[in-house]
Amino acid sequence: MRLTASNLAYGYPDRRVGSGVTLELAAGEVLCLLGPNGSGKTTLFRTLLGLLPPQDGAVLLDGCDVQTLTREAVARQISYVPQAHGAFFPYTVREIVLMGRTAHMGLFAAPSARDYSAAIAAIKRMGLQHLTDATYTRISGGERQLVLIARALAQDARMVMMDEPTANLDFGNQVRVLERIRSLAEEGIGVLLSTHDPDHAFLCADRVAMLYQGELVACGAPEEEITPQRLKQLYGIDVAVTALTLADARTRHVCLPLGTL
Amino acid sequence: MSPSKVPGVRAPAVSIVVALLVLIIIIGVAFSVGQYPVSAAELLRVLRAWAGGAPHGLDPTLDTVVLEIRGPRVLAALLVGAALAAAGAAYQNLFRNPLVSPDILGVSAGAAVGAALGIFLALGVVAVQSLAFAGGIAAVGMVYVVAKSVRGHDPLLVLVLAGVVLGSLLGACVALMKYLADPYNQLPAITYWLLGSLASTDTRELWIAAPLIAAGLIPLWLLRWRINVLSLDDEEARALGVATGRIRLTVIVAATLMTAAAVAISGVIGWIGLVIPHFARLLTGPDFSRLLPVSVLLGAGFLVAVDTLARAIANIEIPLGVLTAFVGAPLFLWQLATTRRGWQ
Repeated sequence: MRLTASNLAYGYPDRRVGSGVTLELAAGEVLCLLGPNGSGKTTLFRTLLGLLPPQDGAVLLDGCDVQTLTREAVARQISYVPQAHGAFFPYTVREIVLMGRTAHMGLFAAPSARDYSAAIAAIKRMGLQHLTDATYTRISGGERQLVLIARALAQDARMVMMDEPTANLDFGNQVRVLERIRSLAEEGIGVLLSTHDPDHAFLCADRVAMLYQGELVACGAPEEEITPQRLKQLYGIDVAVTALTLADARTRHVCLPLGTL
Repeated sequence: MSPSKVPGVRAPAVSIVVALLVLIIIIGVAFSVGQYPVSAAELLRVLRAWAGGAPHGLDPTLDTVVLEIRGPRVLAALLVGAALAAAGAAYQNLFRNPLVSPDILGVSAGAAVGAALGIFLALGVVAVQSLAFAGGIAAVGMVYVVAKSVRGHDPLLVLVLAGVVLGSLLGACVALMKYLADPYNQLPAITYWLLGSLASTDTRELWIAAPLIAAGLIPLWLLRWRINVLSLDDEEARALGVATGRIRLTVIVAATLMTAAAVAISGVIGWIGLVIPHFARLLTGPDFSRLLPVSVLLGAGFLVAVDTLARAIANIEIPLGVLTAFVGAPLFLWQLATTRRGWQ
């Protein structure tokens, strides 16, 4: 399975956000999208998901234009983890995760036993068993973020798009989510995530794409593309990028912001 | 934050059974109150005889009271209460707001214009009710078309704004007709209609309203899971595989059909569509597959109870719309003050 965007121009009817984006995501790989605030990451996600019609170019899912697919057909193949948010009604965590199964249910159906067990399995995979019956509106922002990832797992799609999945998480949960993303890729799922921390790309990504003012300025292996020059262009600050050799002889790259600090 | 069990949520079946029992008790009480009290035993015997059993051998006046006076009125209250509560529950999910009532898209305002026009033109009861029904449907249709033609805004927000604007315009039309109406016959009739009443319900009206209300209720039940997902953010619901535009239109059509049919036979009755789904949600949680049946049962029970009060607490009939507000508003405030759970 392959998601392709070719020469994509995207944005809203009265405002173009970006153009010329050519991007590919294959099953089993992690692609990390970096870009400063307002660079168009969320709008690009919406366009890739088919929620926003492209202004030019096309988004193809295995060669098939996503604009021509039904919402159900797209949802069975691509799941979406939005930035954590409130809900309007006090659903339980189990009910929120069950909503991930919607695309697998008939139009007039309610969740079946199979949907329930898929939801419970997803909750377990995210280590959220203790929250199963908790009210979604009353758990913390970080916990909600993990619940939304569980919902995407329950959706059982071959591609997952995560919009800043680590934004609300503590240090430990950030790493746990990155580990989960890595293991999804090992299971053959393609993951596209956006993040504000270039170190996350070093930790979990096969490739990194950098978005600046709506256009892709780089796309490739993190170790090659994440350079002090690129980070200066993206974020306007001086950053040192260093390779560390760990005790077990593995090499890791890290970013250290300098600025005027 | 530590995980918290939701207080007050009972198993789904329990809340439905409780609501059903309460409804049956209220119906029994409704028959026993009035100038000619009917006990539960008498009620059952009359109904059995009516259903084709042996003659009950009781006072024949009982037949008249149960089958022609109180029966149709209780049935009308059941239908109207159930319809308004179900439509309110659906709209609260659709608009992601627990303070929304079925009137929000102008159905009552449109029905009021239709009814006022019918009274103004001195038409018969059936014509007035048909005009009220058509007015309600037409108003919501107009709101939907106007909202559809406005682009570049949040579709829900535009719907609500169009509903508010058109509702107030239609209110002005009603005011104009009241101003022009004959002050001795027509004006009181219009005013009386706007206050809501079930006093003059007859069985024929019920035979027309009941299928319309059922026709609205069935799609809401069939789409119960999609309606849950619809209460999420619009893009999120679409990413989960819901064709939000189509489901939203279906819910609006279904809820409008029910509300217009209910308002046509009862006049304008407020508060039920706002308060009842709210209480149902407290009793059973927000899952629409439980919220809908519990709302229907509670709404039916609430209106039968209030209608019984309306004819029992004073020598004259108290208008239903007035009484639902007198009962509904304090209940709502009390609930607001005593529970912390609910919405954000």
